[in-house]
Amino acid sequence: MARLRQCAIYGKGGIGKSTTTQNLVSALAELGNSVMIVGCDPKADSTRLILHAKAQTTIMSLAAEAGSVEDLELEDVLKAGYRGIKCVESGGPEPGVGCAGRGVITAINFLEEEGAYDDELDFVFYDVLGDVVCGGFAMPIRENKAQEIYIVCSGEMMAMYAANNIAKGIVKYANSGSVRLAGLICNSRETAREDELISALAAKIGTTMIHFVPRDNVVQRAEIRRMTVIEYEPEHKQAQEYRDLAIKIRDNKNFVIPTPITMDELEELMMEFGIIDEEDESIIGVTAAAAAVA
Amino acid sequence: MAALTREETEALIQEVLEVYPEQARKDRAKHLAVNDQSLEKSNKCITSNRKSQPGTMTIRGCAYAGSKGVVWGPIKDMIHISHGPVGCGQYSRAGRRNYYVGTTGINTFGTMNFTSDFQEKDIVFGGDKKLAKIMNEIEQLFPLNKGISIQSECPIGLIGDDIEAVAKKANKEIGKPVVPVRCEGFRGVSQSLGHHIANDAIRDWVLENRDGDDSFPTTPYDVAVIGDYNIGGDAWASRTLLEEMGLRVVAQWSGDGTIAEMEKTPKVKLNLIHCYRSMNYIARHMEEKYKIPWLEYNFFGPTKIAESLRKIAALFDETIQAGAEKVIAKYESEYQAVIDKYKPRLQGKRVMLYVGGLRPRHVIGAYEDLGMEVVGTGYEFGHNDDYDRTIKEMGNATLIYDDVTGYEFEEFVKRVQPDLIGSGIKEKYIFQKMGIPFRQMHSWDYSGPYHGYDGFAIFARDMDMTLNNPCWKQVKVPWKTAESTPVAVAAGA
Repeated sequence: MARLRQCAIYGKGGIGKSTTTQNLVSALAELGNSVMIVGCDPKADSTRLILHAKAQTTIMSLAAEAGSVEDLELEDVLKAGYRGIKCVESGGPEPGVGCAGRGVITAINFLEEEGAYDDELDFVFYDVLGDVVCGGFAMPIRENKAQEIYIVCSGEMMAMYAANNIAKGIVKYANSGSVRLAGLICNSRETAREDELISALAAKIGTTMIHFVPRDNVVQRAEIRRMTVIEYEPEHKQAQEYRDLAIKIRDNKNFVIPTPITMDELEELMMEFGIIDEEDESIIGVTAAAAAVA
Repeated sequence: MAALTREETEALIQEVLEVYPEQARKDRAKHLAVNDQSLEKSNKCITSNRKSQPGTMTIRGCAYAGSKGVVWGPIKDMIHISHGPVGCGQYSRAGRRNYYVGTTGINTFGTMNFTSDFQEKDIVFGGDKKLAKIMNEIEQLFPLNKGISIQSECPIGLIGDDIEAVAKKANKEIGKPVVPVRCEGFRGVSQSLGHHIANDAIRDWVLENRDGDDSFPTTPYDVAVIGDYNIGGDAWASRTLLEEMGLRVVAQWSGDGTIAEMEKTPKVKLNLIHCYRSMNYIARHMEEKYKIPWLEYNFFGPTKIAESLRKIAALFDETIQAGAEKVIAKYESEYQAVIDKYKPRLQGKRVMLYVGGLRPRHVIGAYEDLGMEVVGTGYEFGHNDDYDRTIKEMGNATLIYDDVTGYEFEEFVKRVQPDLIGSGIKEKYIFQKMGIPFRQMHSWDYSGPYHGYDGFAIFARDMDMTLNNPCWKQVKVPWKTAESTPVAVAAGA
């Protein structure tokens, strides 16, 4: 058996991490790989397209019911979906209470102790909440778990800020462990010169844009049916895009310690591509109404 | 040995500081001083209430210890929930010997441990529901409780549980005071912030409960005892004296105290503060809001007791003033007999102290009544207003140390060679093994009371039996053998 590869998917909230991950994982499974998805988000929506379910029952909610996480068995939390893809959700509290980060830590520790990472697995994908707000959401890249990080982003300004910030977080753990940045996945929002821009950003932070996933409505059509494109319409050209991404990730050898750039450099890059205008000090802090008068 | 001169004491501090790395040395230097009675303000010589240096073996506690352990814990008819994992409540349970009258588990709860016993799931999903459930169970199992306080442990602040909302809801449901206290252990530099937070919680959730309610009949002689935790019965020995001089003690904060007493305190004429450090905040608040003056007093040893009784009486009419004189006269033969018996056995003996709260300065007078001298003292968690009050109590050129480290304390003791050390359990065995008589001055070494005239007799007996215990002659220490020249002789010559 080949060495188990553990990958984590990060990126700005709403960028399409869960959708991309599930389509990608389906394509990997199609290629004959044994894969597990670990959802690290209290919303627990990282596995619904694989399981055709609304939301999987999570480790933490089961633990709360049973009394403690020690009372759970692996088969209680691990569900197999499309092409035998193993699915598990860490779960966590509703917004505004408790500590979701601790939920991720507890859940991942449980999976390790219970031997969820068995010899049959080729890939584990961690689908992590949008922002690395605290130590808990960095859990997948700590203690020699995920070694490869893929950042999902688009040509929008905030998505690029987020990508650069995540790269900063990776540097911290890369220096003390084996985690590496493995590439940017551009999930297109159809902004101008998007592929060039993300390629340029990738080059600046020391990595590559591993694949450009175009925008297509079939993704939404499949999602309404709680399915991936791979399963819903395998012949569609969008399914082929996810297969290409899967093959590139399978064959990827480009693992780096990222070189995140400064805010100024990032803004310069965006100016170059016309995302933002040359800095004009005179407009800062001026309301629309005030500008109209002037 | 003779006392160290100012220059020698200064040299001693420098010598002790030498082992530290530069940054730690610079910091610790600000916390060590040679006493100078001519100073008005202690900030000229000492810095306090700062974060301890890592690795220096501080003996400080945390904010939770200050709130649950000191201020709230002794209120006997309330149930204090240690909200969070089980350890904080269990390891601090009944440790402070706050005596009380009542039937534990029925109408008083002082030595019991109530905890929400947090598990992983409570951290992840929040502990609010569990807290509400606990309070329901408390009402069913202990219906005679008069209220509940929620003492936050660290995780409560980290996960942001809304204990205030739970408290308000429970208060409506059970119709008794329910007080949320944000005393998470990581807040502040020591237990001192916990005292302040606890005082603020009393201000916000208790003190106004009887505003506008005049059904409690008052007298012109109503006082409250603030900051006496009744360790070994201290508050009882104090209360007797105040009552004998004609005052009416309406409330005891918080040793053997009740929530009802606290609620009635805004009706008193004068607040009497014993432990200034832990409760000056609430006294200042009552002064501002209810115009109740407050007065610090000291009931350790006959000299300070008489001084305090007269100071208190001066704020009342002639009846009380005559009462104070009567009390002093009444006990004179008693305390004189104690002095006559023990002073010859203790005369000239030198003491080093390292404790918290009020004791580093308040017990000095009691030692002096027995002919002893305090040659070094320091506060675990004092502020500069404590040191301001200490300068005048201590002799010139004596040592003052703030948040002293394990190393500093041992080195000071080796050089000063006191006849007795008064500190806590963590220091006790180190110094006993060095052959130096030791008294625990947090718990009175499971003795007490030490307050009042009754307490003074016990204090004197305890110091004598420790200091003059024949066991010390059996302890062989290198500096007391014939061959070795004691360092102190050279230094003190």
